[in-house]
Amino acid sequence: MMDQFQERWRSEGRWQLIGYAFMAPYLLLFLIFVVGPVVSAIYLSFTYFNILEAPRWIGWTNYRSLLVDDEIFLIAIGNTLTFAIVSGPVGFIASFLLAWLLNRMRHRSLYVLAYYTPSIVSAIAAAFVWRIFLSGDRYGTLNNALINIGILDEPIQFLAEQSYIMPAIILVSLWMSLGTGFLVFLAGLQTVPKELYEAGKVDGVPNAWVELVKITLPIMRPQLLFGTVISIVNSFAVFQVAVALVGFPSPLYAGHVIITHLYDYAFVRFEMGYASAIAVLLFAFTFMLGRVSLRVFASDD
Amino acid sequence: MTQSAPVRKIRRPILRVNWFYLWMLPVALLMMLPIVYTVSFAFKPLEELFLFPPPLLPKRPTTDNFQQLVLATSSMTVPFSRNIYNTVVTSVAVMVGTVAIGSLAAYPLAKYPLWGKNFVFAVVISALMFSPEVTQIPRYLIVNELGMIDTFGALIIPNLALPLGLFLMKQFMEGVPSELLEAARIDGAGEIRIFGQIMMPLTRPAWATLAIFSFIPTWNDYFTPLIFTRSESMKTLTLAMQTIGSGATTVARYGAVFAAAFLVLLPPIVLFIFMQRRVLDTMAYSGIKS
Repeated sequence: MMDQFQERWRSEGRWQLIGYAFMAPYLLLFLIFVVGPVVSAIYLSFTYFNILEAPRWIGWTNYRSLLVDDEIFLIAIGNTLTFAIVSGPVGFIASFLLAWLLNRMRHRSLYVLAYYTPSIVSAIAAAFVWRIFLSGDRYGTLNNALINIGILDEPIQFLAEQSYIMPAIILVSLWMSLGTGFLVFLAGLQTVPKELYEAGKVDGVPNAWVELVKITLPIMRPQLLFGTVISIVNSFAVFQVAVALVGFPSPLYAGHVIITHLYDYAFVRFEMGYASAIAVLLFAFTFMLGRVSLRVFASDD
Repeated sequence: MTQSAPVRKIRRPILRVNWFYLWMLPVALLMMLPIVYTVSFAFKPLEELFLFPPPLLPKRPTTDNFQQLVLATSSMTVPFSRNIYNTVVTSVAVMVGTVAIGSLAAYPLAKYPLWGKNFVFAVVISALMFSPEVTQIPRYLIVNELGMIDTFGALIIPNLALPLGLFLMKQFMEGVPSELLEAARIDGAGEIRIFGQIMMPLTRPAWATLAIFSFIPTWNDYFTPLIFTRSESMKTLTLAMQTIGSGATTVARYGAVFAAAFLVLLPPIVLFIFMQRRVLDTMAYSGIKS
Protein backbone atom coordinates (compact mmCIF):
# COMPACT_ATOMS: atom_id res chain seq x y z
CA MET A 1 0.00 0.00 0.00
CA MET A 2 2.63 2.45 1.14
CA ASP A 3 4.81 1.69 -1.90
CA GLN A 4 1.93 2.33 -4.21
CA PHE A 5 1.28 5.65 -2.55
CA GLN A 6 4.91 6.75 -2.81
CA GLU A 7 5.02 5.58 -6.38
CA ARG A 8 2.05 7.80 -7.14
CA TRP A 9 3.56 10.69 -5.29
CA ARG A 10 6.78 10.46 -7.23
CA SER A 11 4.98 10.19 -10.52
CA GLU A 12 2.69 13.19 -10.06
CA GLY A 13 5.11 15.13 -12.23
CA ARG A 14 4.47 12.63 -14.97
CA TRP A 15 0.73 13.49 -14.92
CA GLN A 16 1.53 17.14 -15.41
CA LEU A 17 3.64 16.31 -18.43
CA ILE A 18 1.12 14.00 -20.08
CA GLY A 19 -1.82 16.13 -19.02
CA TYR A 20 -0.51 19.35 -20.44
CA ALA A 21 0.61 17.53 -23.58
CA PHE A 22 -3.01 16.41 -24.06
CA MET A 23 -4.20 19.96 -23.46
CA ALA A 24 -1.52 21.64 -25.58
CA PRO A 25 -3.46 21.98 -28.86
CA TYR A 26 -6.51 23.39 -27.10
CA LEU A 27 -4.56 25.70 -24.82
CA LEU A 28 -2.44 26.99 -27.69
CA LEU A 29 -5.46 27.83 -29.86
CA PHE A 30 -7.33 29.17 -26.85
CA LEU A 31 -4.46 31.50 -26.01
CA ILE A 32 -4.04 32.71 -29.59
CA PHE A 33 -7.67 33.10 -30.58
CA VAL A 34 -9.54 33.73 -27.32
CA VAL A 35 -7.30 35.07 -24.55
CA GLY A 36 -4.98 36.96 -26.90
CA PRO A 37 -7.80 38.82 -28.63
CA VAL A 38 -9.41 39.83 -25.34
CA VAL A 39 -6.13 41.19 -23.97
CA SER A 40 -5.26 42.98 -27.18
CA ALA A 41 -8.75 44.41 -27.55
CA ILE A 42 -8.27 46.03 -24.15
CA TYR A 43 -4.93 47.48 -25.28
CA LEU A 44 -6.23 48.62 -28.69
CA SER A 45 -9.21 50.33 -27.11
CA PHE A 46 -6.79 52.93 -25.72
CA THR A 47 -5.22 53.62 -29.10
CA TYR A 48 -5.97 55.15 -32.44
CA PHE A 49 -5.47 52.32 -34.91
CA ASN A 50 -6.40 52.15 -38.57
CA ILE A 51 -4.46 48.95 -39.46
CA LEU A 52 -2.16 50.81 -41.87
CA GLU A 53 -0.21 52.71 -39.23
CA ALA A 54 0.99 51.38 -35.90
CA PRO A 55 -1.47 51.92 -33.03
CA ARG A 56 -1.03 55.27 -31.30
CA TRP A 57 -1.82 55.58 -27.56
CA ILE A 58 -4.61 58.07 -26.93
CA GLY A 59 -5.76 57.11 -23.44
CA TRP A 60 -9.45 57.29 -22.67
CA THR A 61 -10.34 59.28 -25.79
CA ASN A 62 -12.19 56.42 -27.48
CA TYR A 63 -14.30 55.75 -24.44
CA ARG A 64 -15.04 59.43 -23.97
CA SER A 65 -16.13 59.86 -27.60
CA LEU A 66 -18.19 56.70 -27.44
CA LEU A 67 -20.11 57.59 -24.33
CA VAL A 68 -20.33 61.35 -24.79
CA ASP A 69 -20.20 62.27 -28.47
CA ASP A 70 -21.37 59.25 -30.38
CA GLU A 71 -25.12 59.63 -30.57
CA ILE A 72 -25.47 56.61 -32.81
CA PHE A 73 -23.72 54.46 -30.23
CA LEU A 74 -26.25 55.62 -27.67
CA ILE A 75 -28.99 54.54 -30.06
CA ALA A 76 -27.25 51.18 -30.42
CA ILE A 77 -27.05 50.77 -26.64
CA GLY A 78 -30.69 51.71 -26.28
CA ASN A 79 -31.76 49.21 -28.92
CA THR A 80 -29.57 46.46 -27.53
CA LEU A 81 -30.86 47.04 -23.99
CA THR A 82 -34.46 47.07 -25.19
CA PHE A 83 -33.74 43.85 -26.98
CA ALA A 84 -31.97 42.22 -24.04
CA ILE A 85 -34.48 43.31 -21.41
CA VAL A 86 -37.40 41.93 -23.40
CA SER A 87 -35.95 38.91 -25.15
CA GLY A 88 -33.71 37.74 -22.27
CA PRO A 89 -36.34 37.21 -19.55
CA VAL A 90 -39.18 36.35 -21.94
CA GLY A 91 -37.01 33.80 -23.73
CA PHE A 92 -35.73 32.39 -20.45
CA ILE A 93 -39.15 31.98 -18.89
CA ALA A 94 -40.79 30.73 -22.07
CA SER A 95 -38.13 28.12 -22.67
CA PHE A 96 -38.30 26.96 -19.06
CA LEU A 97 -42.08 26.66 -19.17
CA LEU A 98 -41.95 24.74 -22.44
CA ALA A 99 -39.34 22.39 -21.04
CA TRP A 100 -41.27 21.96 -17.79
CA LEU A 101 -44.50 21.14 -19.60
CA LEU A 102 -42.78 18.84 -22.08
CA ASN A 103 -41.04 17.01 -19.28
CA ARG A 104 -44.44 15.78 -18.13
CA MET A 105 -45.16 14.16 -21.48
CA ARG A 106 -43.98 10.74 -22.48
CA HIS A 107 -43.86 11.00 -26.26
CA ARG A 108 -42.17 14.28 -26.77
CA SER A 109 -39.51 13.87 -29.45
CA LEU A 110 -41.58 15.58 -32.12
CA TYR A 111 -42.31 18.48 -29.79
CA VAL A 112 -38.65 18.80 -28.86
CA LEU A 113 -37.86 18.91 -32.55
CA ALA A 114 -40.50 21.56 -33.22
CA TYR A 115 -39.34 23.87 -30.44
CA TYR A 116 -35.65 23.39 -31.05
CA THR A 117 -35.51 23.49 -34.85
CA PRO A 118 -35.83 27.28 -35.17
CA SER A 119 -32.69 27.75 -33.09
CA ILE A 120 -30.54 25.62 -35.34
CA VAL A 121 -31.46 27.24 -38.62
CA SER A 122 -29.54 30.01 -40.28
CA ALA A 123 -30.81 33.49 -39.42
CA ILE A 124 -30.14 34.58 -42.98
CA ALA A 125 -32.18 31.72 -44.45
CA ALA A 126 -35.04 32.11 -42.01
CA ALA A 127 -35.20 35.86 -42.60
CA PHE A 128 -36.50 35.37 -46.14
CA VAL A 129 -39.74 33.85 -44.99
CA TRP A 130 -40.04 36.27 -42.07
CA ARG A 131 -39.72 39.15 -44.51
CA ILE A 132 -42.77 37.78 -46.31
CA PHE A 133 -44.68 37.34 -43.04
CA LEU A 134 -43.85 40.87 -41.93
CA SER A 135 -43.89 42.50 -45.34
CA GLY A 136 -45.19 46.07 -45.29
CA ASP A 137 -47.87 45.79 -47.97
CA ARG A 138 -51.29 44.19 -47.88
CA TYR A 139 -49.74 40.93 -49.01
CA GLY A 140 -47.60 40.66 -45.92
CA THR A 141 -49.05 37.69 -44.08
CA LEU A 142 -49.34 39.43 -40.72
CA ASN A 143 -50.70 42.66 -42.19
CA ASN A 144 -53.25 40.77 -44.19
CA ALA A 145 -54.42 38.77 -41.22
CA LEU A 146 -54.71 41.90 -39.06
CA ILE A 147 -56.63 43.75 -41.79
CA ASN A 148 -58.96 40.81 -42.35
CA ILE A 149 -59.96 40.55 -38.72
CA GLY A 150 -60.42 44.29 -38.63
CA ILE A 151 -57.64 45.33 -36.26
CA LEU A 152 -55.89 47.39 -38.93
CA ASP A 153 -57.13 49.56 -41.75
CA GLU A 154 -53.80 50.23 -43.36
CA PRO A 155 -50.81 47.85 -43.53
CA ILE A 156 -47.94 48.61 -41.14
CA GLN A 157 -44.37 48.84 -42.39
CA PHE A 158 -43.09 46.38 -39.79
CA LEU A 159 -39.58 46.28 -41.21
CA ALA A 160 -39.23 49.91 -42.22
CA GLU A 161 -41.11 51.98 -39.68
CA GLN A 162 -38.92 53.02 -36.81
CA SER A 163 -41.13 51.97 -33.93
CA TYR A 164 -41.79 48.49 -35.31
CA ILE A 165 -38.26 47.48 -36.24
CA MET A 166 -37.04 46.48 -32.77
CA PRO A 167 -40.23 44.54 -31.95
CA ALA A 168 -39.86 42.68 -35.24
CA ILE A 169 -36.24 41.82 -34.45
CA ILE A 170 -37.23 40.71 -30.95
CA LEU A 171 -40.03 38.54 -32.30
CA VAL A 172 -37.82 36.72 -34.78
CA SER A 173 -34.99 36.36 -32.25
CA LEU A 174 -37.33 34.89 -29.68
CA TRP A 175 -38.49 32.42 -32.25
CA MET A 176 -34.88 31.55 -33.03
CA SER A 177 -33.47 31.35 -29.54
CA LEU A 178 -36.00 29.57 -27.38
CA GLY A 179 -34.37 26.29 -28.27
CA THR A 180 -30.97 26.35 -26.64
CA GLY A 181 -32.14 27.21 -23.15
CA PHE A 182 -35.08 24.91 -23.65
CA LEU A 183 -32.78 21.99 -24.39
CA VAL A 184 -30.61 22.69 -21.35
CA PHE A 185 -33.64 22.93 -19.10
CA LEU A 186 -35.27 19.83 -20.50
CA ALA A 187 -32.10 17.86 -19.91
CA GLY A 188 -31.79 19.37 -16.43
CA LEU A 189 -35.33 18.40 -15.52
CA GLN A 190 -34.46 14.82 -16.28
CA THR A 191 -31.68 14.89 -13.70
CA VAL A 192 -34.01 15.73 -10.81
CA PRO A 193 -34.27 12.48 -8.81
CA LYS A 194 -37.80 11.00 -8.94
CA GLU A 195 -37.59 10.11 -5.24
CA LEU A 196 -37.62 13.82 -4.38
CA TYR A 197 -41.01 14.26 -6.01
CA GLU A 198 -42.32 11.20 -4.23
CA ALA A 199 -40.96 12.46 -0.94
CA GLY A 200 -42.64 15.79 -1.72
CA LYS A 201 -45.96 14.04 -2.25
CA VAL A 202 -45.60 12.34 1.10
CA ASP A 203 -44.78 15.67 2.76
CA GLY A 204 -47.98 17.06 1.29
CA VAL A 205 -46.87 19.28 -1.57
CA PRO A 206 -50.27 20.66 -2.61
CA ASN A 207 -49.79 21.27 -6.35
CA ALA A 208 -47.40 21.31 -9.27
CA TRP A 209 -46.58 24.97 -8.68
CA VAL A 210 -45.28 24.42 -5.19
CA GLU A 211 -43.45 21.33 -6.39
CA LEU A 212 -41.76 23.45 -9.05
CA VAL A 213 -40.67 26.19 -6.67
CA LYS A 214 -39.69 24.01 -3.71
CA ILE A 215 -38.17 20.98 -5.37
CA THR A 216 -37.42 21.43 -9.05
CA LEU A 217 -35.93 24.92 -9.24
CA PRO A 218 -33.39 24.52 -6.41
CA ILE A 219 -32.08 21.27 -7.90
CA MET A 220 -31.84 22.79 -11.33
CA ARG A 221 -29.76 25.77 -10.29
CA PRO A 222 -26.71 24.72 -12.33
CA GLN A 223 -28.78 24.39 -15.51
CA LEU A 224 -30.62 27.63 -14.80
CA LEU A 225 -27.26 29.32 -14.49
CA PHE A 226 -26.06 27.86 -17.76
CA GLY A 227 -29.29 28.99 -19.43
CA THR A 228 -28.92 32.48 -18.00
CA VAL A 229 -25.35 32.82 -19.21
CA ILE A 230 -26.36 31.68 -22.69
CA SER A 231 -29.26 34.07 -22.83
CA ILE A 232 -27.19 37.03 -21.62
CA VAL A 233 -24.47 36.37 -24.15
CA ASN A 234 -26.95 35.90 -26.98
CA SER A 235 -28.98 38.97 -26.07
CA PHE A 236 -26.03 41.29 -26.18
CA ALA A 237 -24.58 39.73 -29.29
CA VAL A 238 -27.72 40.26 -31.37
CA PHE A 239 -26.57 41.00 -34.89
CA GLN A 240 -27.35 38.40 -37.51
CA VAL A 241 -31.11 38.61 -37.13
CA ALA A 242 -31.04 42.39 -37.18
CA VAL A 243 -28.96 42.57 -40.35
CA ALA A 244 -30.90 39.80 -42.07
CA LEU A 245 -34.27 41.39 -41.31
CA VAL A 246 -33.80 45.12 -41.72
CA GLY A 247 -30.41 45.38 -43.41
CA PHE A 248 -27.36 47.45 -42.58
CA PRO A 249 -27.55 50.34 -42.02
CA SER A 250 -31.16 50.07 -40.90
CA PRO A 251 -33.75 52.81 -41.49
CA LEU A 252 -32.99 55.70 -39.10
CA TYR A 253 -30.73 53.31 -37.15
CA ALA A 254 -33.85 51.76 -35.66
CA GLY A 255 -32.31 48.28 -35.86
CA HIS A 256 -28.80 49.45 -34.97
CA VAL A 257 -27.32 47.34 -32.15
CA ILE A 258 -23.95 47.31 -30.40
CA ILE A 259 -22.43 44.65 -32.64
CA THR A 260 -23.65 46.47 -35.76
CA HIS A 261 -21.88 49.58 -34.50
CA LEU A 262 -18.76 47.55 -33.81
CA TYR A 263 -18.89 46.03 -37.27
CA ASP A 264 -19.39 49.43 -38.84
CA TYR A 265 -16.32 50.97 -37.18
CA ALA A 266 -14.10 47.91 -37.41
CA PHE A 267 -14.71 46.57 -40.87
CA VAL A 268 -16.29 49.41 -42.81
CA ARG A 269 -14.37 52.42 -41.46
CA PHE A 270 -11.35 50.47 -40.17
CA GLU A 271 -11.17 52.46 -36.96
CA MET A 272 -10.01 49.46 -34.97
CA GLY A 273 -9.13 51.33 -31.77
CA TYR A 274 -12.58 52.84 -31.52
CA ALA A 275 -14.24 49.55 -32.41
CA SER A 276 -12.15 47.78 -29.75
CA ALA A 277 -13.48 50.18 -27.15
CA ILE A 278 -17.00 49.12 -28.16
CA ALA A 279 -15.97 45.48 -27.84
CA VAL A 280 -14.43 46.02 -24.41
CA LEU A 281 -17.50 47.82 -23.09
CA LEU A 282 -19.72 45.03 -24.35
CA PHE A 283 -17.39 42.41 -22.94
CA ALA A 284 -17.17 44.08 -19.55
CA PHE A 285 -20.92 44.39 -19.40
CA THR A 286 -21.76 40.78 -20.27
CA PHE A 287 -19.00 39.55 -17.99
CA MET A 288 -20.39 41.58 -15.13
CA LEU A 289 -23.88 40.22 -15.72
CA GLY A 290 -22.37 36.74 -15.88
CA ARG A 291 -20.75 37.22 -12.48
CA VAL A 292 -24.01 38.50 -11.04
CA SER A 293 -25.82 35.42 -12.30
CA LEU A 294 -23.12 33.22 -10.76
CA ARG A 295 -23.94 34.89 -7.45
CA VAL A 296 -27.68 34.59 -7.87
CA PHE A 297 -27.55 30.92 -8.72
CA ALA A 298 -24.69 30.04 -6.40
CA SER A 299 -25.24 26.52 -5.16
CA ASP A 300 -24.45 25.74 -1.57
CA ASP A 301 -22.20 22.75 -2.17
CA MET B 1 -52.60 13.55 6.84
CA THR B 2 -55.95 11.83 6.87
CA GLN B 3 -55.73 9.71 3.79
CA SER B 4 -52.37 8.78 2.39
CA ALA B 5 -52.39 7.19 -1.03
CA PRO B 6 -49.75 4.53 -1.56
CA VAL B 7 -46.74 6.43 -2.86
CA ARG B 8 -45.92 4.09 -5.71
CA LYS B 9 -49.38 4.35 -7.20
CA ILE B 10 -49.11 8.08 -7.99
CA ARG B 11 -49.50 8.48 -11.71
CA ARG B 12 -50.98 11.31 -13.65
CA PRO B 13 -54.35 10.42 -15.16
CA ILE B 14 -54.18 9.58 -18.86
CA LEU B 15 -56.72 12.24 -19.78
CA ARG B 16 -54.61 15.05 -18.35
CA VAL B 17 -51.57 13.85 -20.23
CA ASN B 18 -53.57 13.97 -23.45
CA TRP B 19 -54.60 17.53 -22.72
CA PHE B 20 -50.94 18.43 -22.48
CA TYR B 21 -50.35 17.17 -25.99
CA LEU B 22 -53.16 19.36 -27.27
CA TRP B 23 -52.05 22.45 -25.35
CA MET B 24 -48.54 22.24 -26.60
CA LEU B 25 -49.61 21.75 -30.18
CA PRO B 26 -50.41 25.37 -31.18
CA VAL B 27 -47.03 26.60 -29.95
CA ALA B 28 -45.26 23.78 -31.73
CA LEU B 29 -47.11 24.53 -34.96
CA LEU B 30 -46.36 28.24 -34.70
CA MET B 31 -42.69 27.48 -34.13
CA MET B 32 -42.58 25.23 -37.18
CA LEU B 33 -44.60 27.50 -39.45
CA PRO B 34 -41.72 29.58 -40.85
CA ILE B 35 -39.70 26.43 -41.52
CA VAL B 36 -42.59 24.66 -43.21
CA TYR B 37 -43.21 27.73 -45.37
CA THR B 38 -39.56 27.96 -46.37
CA VAL B 39 -39.54 24.33 -47.43
CA SER B 40 -42.86 24.65 -49.22
CA PHE B 41 -41.81 27.82 -51.08
CA ALA B 42 -38.69 26.01 -52.25
CA PHE B 43 -40.83 23.43 -54.04
CA LYS B 44 -43.59 25.69 -55.34
CA PRO B 45 -43.84 26.29 -59.06
CA LEU B 46 -43.64 29.88 -60.24
CA GLU B 47 -47.38 30.50 -60.50
CA GLU B 48 -47.95 29.32 -56.93
CA LEU B 49 -45.24 31.48 -55.38
CA PHE B 50 -47.42 34.56 -55.52
CA LEU B 51 -50.76 33.06 -54.59
CA PHE B 52 -52.36 34.91 -51.77
CA PRO B 53 -52.79 34.04 -49.01
CA PRO B 54 -49.87 31.66 -49.49
CA PRO B 55 -51.10 28.05 -49.28
CA LEU B 56 -49.14 26.03 -46.76
CA LEU B 57 -48.21 23.27 -49.19
CA PRO B 58 -47.44 23.39 -52.92
CA LYS B 59 -50.17 21.96 -55.13
CA ARG B 60 -47.75 20.83 -57.81
CA PRO B 61 -44.37 20.37 -56.15
CA THR B 62 -41.46 20.98 -58.52
CA THR B 63 -37.70 21.31 -58.44
CA ASP B 64 -37.78 24.25 -60.87
CA ASN B 65 -36.53 26.61 -58.20
CA PHE B 66 -33.36 24.62 -57.77
CA GLN B 67 -32.72 24.84 -61.51
CA GLN B 68 -33.39 28.56 -61.25
CA LEU B 69 -30.87 28.72 -58.43
CA VAL B 70 -28.23 27.11 -60.60
CA LEU B 71 -29.14 29.44 -63.46
CA ALA B 72 -29.20 32.55 -61.31
CA THR B 73 -25.81 31.81 -59.86
CA SER B 74 -24.21 30.76 -63.15
CA SER B 75 -23.92 34.45 -64.02
CA MET B 76 -21.90 35.02 -60.86
CA THR B 77 -18.16 34.59 -60.96
CA VAL B 78 -18.28 31.34 -59.03
CA PRO B 79 -20.95 28.62 -59.19
CA PHE B 80 -23.19 28.05 -56.18
CA SER B 81 -21.68 24.59 -55.78
CA ARG B 82 -18.42 26.30 -54.80
CA ASN B 83 -20.21 28.07 -51.91
CA ILE B 84 -21.71 24.78 -50.81
CA TYR B 85 -18.29 23.16 -50.97
CA ASN B 86 -16.76 25.95 -48.87
CA THR B 87 -19.41 25.64 -46.20
CA VAL B 88 -19.24 21.85 -46.09
CA VAL B 89 -15.43 21.77 -45.83
CA THR B 90 -15.39 24.48 -43.16
CA SER B 91 -18.16 23.00 -41.04
CA VAL B 92 -16.86 19.43 -41.17
CA ALA B 93 -13.31 20.54 -40.39
CA VAL B 94 -14.47 22.67 -37.45
CA MET B 95 -16.60 19.80 -36.18
CA VAL B 96 -13.84 17.20 -36.34
CA GLY B 97 -11.22 19.60 -34.98
CA THR B 98 -13.37 20.83 -32.11
CA VAL B 99 -14.24 17.33 -30.98
CA ALA B 100 -10.63 16.14 -31.24
CA ILE B 101 -9.01 19.10 -29.51
CA GLY B 102 -11.79 19.52 -26.96
CA SER B 103 -11.84 15.92 -25.82
CA LEU B 104 -8.03 15.67 -25.72
CA ALA B 105 -7.98 18.66 -23.41
CA ALA B 106 -10.95 17.55 -21.35
CA TYR B 107 -9.50 14.15 -20.46
CA PRO B 108 -6.65 15.29 -18.18
CA LEU B 109 -8.81 18.11 -16.86
CA ALA B 110 -11.41 15.59 -15.73
CA LYS B 111 -9.19 12.74 -14.61
CA TYR B 112 -5.64 13.80 -13.76
CA PRO B 113 -4.35 15.32 -10.52
CA LEU B 114 -3.40 18.29 -12.65
CA TRP B 115 -1.79 21.35 -11.10
CA GLY B 116 -3.66 24.51 -11.96
CA LYS B 117 -6.64 22.73 -13.40
CA ASN B 118 -9.12 24.81 -11.45
CA PHE B 119 -7.54 27.92 -12.87
CA VAL B 120 -7.66 26.61 -16.42
CA PHE B 121 -11.27 25.59 -15.98
CA ALA B 122 -12.24 28.94 -14.44
CA VAL B 123 -10.73 30.77 -17.42
CA VAL B 124 -12.65 28.57 -19.83
CA ILE B 125 -15.90 29.19 -17.91
CA SER B 126 -15.28 32.92 -18.12
CA ALA B 127 -14.84 32.54 -21.85
CA LEU B 128 -18.34 31.10 -22.01
CA MET B 129 -19.54 34.51 -20.95
CA PHE B 130 -18.69 36.52 -23.99
CA SER B 131 -19.67 36.15 -27.55
CA PRO B 132 -17.09 35.51 -30.26
CA GLU B 133 -18.15 38.78 -31.89
CA VAL B 134 -16.39 40.67 -29.12
CA THR B 135 -13.00 39.22 -29.91
CA GLN B 136 -13.45 39.46 -33.65
CA ILE B 137 -11.28 42.56 -34.17
CA PRO B 138 -8.01 41.32 -32.66
CA ARG B 139 -8.81 37.92 -34.07
CA TYR B 140 -8.97 39.56 -37.46
CA LEU B 141 -5.60 41.21 -36.84
CA ILE B 142 -4.05 37.91 -35.76
CA VAL B 143 -5.49 36.02 -38.71
CA ASN B 144 -4.27 38.80 -40.95
CA GLU B 145 -0.80 38.67 -39.38
CA LEU B 146 -0.67 34.91 -39.92
CA GLY B 147 -1.49 35.50 -43.59
CA MET B 148 -4.66 33.41 -43.35
CA ILE B 149 -7.22 35.94 -44.61
CA ASP B 150 -9.31 34.46 -47.41
CA THR B 151 -8.20 30.88 -46.74
CA PHE B 152 -9.95 27.91 -45.16
CA GLY B 153 -7.51 28.33 -42.27
CA ALA B 154 -9.16 31.62 -41.32
CA LEU B 155 -12.62 30.05 -41.30
CA ILE B 156 -11.55 26.94 -39.38
CA ILE B 157 -8.62 27.40 -37.00
CA PRO B 158 -9.82 30.34 -34.85
CA ASN B 159 -13.06 28.47 -34.06
CA LEU B 160 -11.54 25.22 -32.81
CA ALA B 161 -10.87 26.11 -29.17
CA LEU B 162 -14.55 26.23 -28.29
CA PRO B 163 -15.08 26.92 -24.56
CA LEU B 164 -18.43 25.13 -24.62
CA GLY B 165 -16.69 22.09 -26.08
CA LEU B 166 -14.14 21.73 -23.33
CA PHE B 167 -16.80 22.44 -20.74
CA LEU B 168 -19.24 19.76 -21.95
CA MET B 169 -16.57 17.12 -22.50
CA LYS B 170 -15.03 17.68 -19.09
CA GLN B 171 -18.38 17.49 -17.30
CA PHE B 172 -19.21 14.28 -19.09
CA MET B 173 -15.81 12.64 -18.67
CA GLU B 174 -15.94 13.18 -14.93
CA GLY B 175 -18.78 10.68 -14.92
CA VAL B 176 -16.59 7.89 -16.29
CA PRO B 177 -15.50 5.71 -13.34
CA SER B 178 -11.80 6.18 -12.56
CA GLU B 179 -11.54 2.46 -11.64
CA LEU B 180 -11.90 1.65 -15.33
CA LEU B 181 -8.89 3.79 -16.16
CA GLU B 182 -6.89 2.37 -13.24
CA ALA B 183 -7.63 -1.17 -14.34
CA ALA B 184 -6.45 -0.39 -17.85
CA ARG B 185 -3.27 1.18 -16.47
CA ILE B 186 -2.54 -1.90 -14.40
CA ASP B 187 -2.97 -3.97 -17.57
CA GLY B 188 -0.25 -1.78 -19.06
CA ALA B 189 -2.28 0.40 -21.39
CA GLY B 190 -0.69 3.74 -22.28
CA GLU B 191 -2.54 7.02 -21.76
CA ILE B 192 -3.17 7.50 -25.47
CA ARG B 193 -4.72 4.06 -25.68
CA ILE B 194 -6.83 4.68 -22.59
CA PHE B 195 -8.05 7.91 -24.13
CA GLY B 196 -8.78 6.34 -27.51
CA GLN B 197 -10.20 3.01 -26.40
CA ILE B 198 -11.92 3.79 -23.11
CA MET B 199 -12.60 7.49 -22.81
CA MET B 200 -13.79 8.21 -26.34
CA PRO B 201 -16.14 5.23 -26.73
CA LEU B 202 -17.69 5.90 -23.31
CA THR B 203 -18.28 9.58 -23.98
CA ARG B 204 -19.83 9.16 -27.41
CA PRO B 205 -23.04 11.05 -26.50
CA ALA B 206 -20.96 14.01 -25.36
CA TRP B 207 -18.89 14.31 -28.46
CA ALA B 208 -21.89 13.67 -30.66
CA THR B 209 -23.43 16.69 -28.94
CA LEU B 210 -20.29 18.69 -29.29
CA ALA B 211 -20.15 17.75 -32.96
CA ILE B 212 -23.61 19.25 -33.39
CA PHE B 213 -22.82 22.34 -31.37
CA SER B 214 -19.74 23.03 -33.46
CA PHE B 215 -21.08 21.99 -36.85
CA ILE B 216 -24.36 23.92 -36.73
CA PRO B 217 -23.09 27.38 -35.72
CA THR B 218 -20.30 27.09 -38.25
CA TRP B 219 -22.73 26.03 -40.94
CA ASN B 220 -24.94 29.03 -40.15
CA ASP B 221 -22.18 31.51 -39.39
CA TYR B 222 -22.34 34.80 -41.18
CA PHE B 223 -20.01 37.08 -39.24
CA THR B 224 -16.80 35.02 -39.51
CA PRO B 225 -16.87 34.48 -43.29
CA LEU B 226 -18.07 38.06 -43.78
CA ILE B 227 -14.88 39.33 -42.17
CA PHE B 228 -12.34 36.66 -43.04
CA THR B 229 -13.06 36.15 -46.73
CA ARG B 230 -12.40 38.49 -49.63
CA SER B 231 -12.72 36.61 -52.90
CA GLU B 232 -15.92 35.23 -54.36
CA SER B 233 -14.43 31.76 -54.47
CA MET B 234 -14.08 31.64 -50.65
CA LYS B 235 -17.61 32.87 -49.90
CA THR B 236 -19.76 30.48 -47.89
CA LEU B 237 -23.42 29.54 -48.35
CA THR B 238 -24.80 32.18 -46.00
CA LEU B 239 -22.87 34.97 -47.74
CA ALA B 240 -23.88 33.74 -51.18
CA MET B 241 -27.48 33.44 -50.07
CA GLN B 242 -27.46 37.01 -48.82
CA THR B 243 -26.16 38.11 -52.25
CA ILE B 244 -28.82 36.13 -54.13
CA GLY B 245 -31.48 37.39 -51.74
CA SER B 246 -30.58 41.05 -52.13
CA GLY B 247 -30.81 40.66 -55.89
CA ALA B 248 -34.16 38.91 -55.69
CA THR B 249 -35.95 41.46 -57.79
CA THR B 250 -36.97 39.22 -60.65
CA VAL B 251 -39.74 36.71 -60.20
CA ALA B 252 -37.55 33.70 -60.98
CA ARG B 253 -35.00 34.75 -58.37
CA TYR B 254 -37.69 34.71 -55.74
CA GLY B 255 -38.04 30.95 -56.02
CA ALA B 256 -34.28 30.51 -56.22
CA VAL B 257 -33.85 32.27 -52.89
CA PHE B 258 -36.09 29.77 -51.18
CA ALA B 259 -34.36 26.87 -52.90
CA ALA B 260 -31.10 28.20 -51.45
CA ALA B 261 -32.68 28.75 -48.04
CA PHE B 262 -33.91 25.16 -48.09
CA LEU B 263 -30.40 23.86 -48.78
CA VAL B 264 -29.06 25.90 -45.87
CA LEU B 265 -31.80 24.83 -43.43
CA LEU B 266 -31.73 21.14 -44.15
CA PRO B 267 -28.40 19.77 -42.82
CA PRO B 268 -28.67 21.14 -39.24
CA ILE B 269 -32.22 19.83 -38.90
CA VAL B 270 -31.37 16.37 -40.24
CA LEU B 271 -28.33 16.20 -37.98
CA PHE B 272 -30.40 17.09 -34.94
CA ILE B 273 -33.08 14.53 -35.73
CA PHE B 274 -30.47 11.80 -35.67
CA MET B 275 -28.73 13.05 -32.55
CA GLN B 276 -31.65 14.20 -30.41
CA ARG B 277 -31.37 11.43 -27.82
CA ARG B 278 -27.63 11.87 -27.32
CA VAL B 279 -27.86 15.64 -27.16
CA LEU B 280 -30.41 15.46 -24.37
CA ASP B 281 -28.32 12.90 -22.47
CA THR B 282 -25.32 15.17 -22.62
CA MET B 283 -27.08 18.39 -21.83
CA ALA B 284 -28.03 16.90 -18.48
CA TYR B 285 -24.38 17.47 -17.57
CA SER B 286 -24.39 21.07 -18.73
CA GLY B 287 -25.09 22.74 -15.40
CA ILE B 288 -22.52 25.19 -14.10
CA LYS B 289 -21.77 24.71 -10.43
CA SER B 290 -20.62 27.99 -8.99
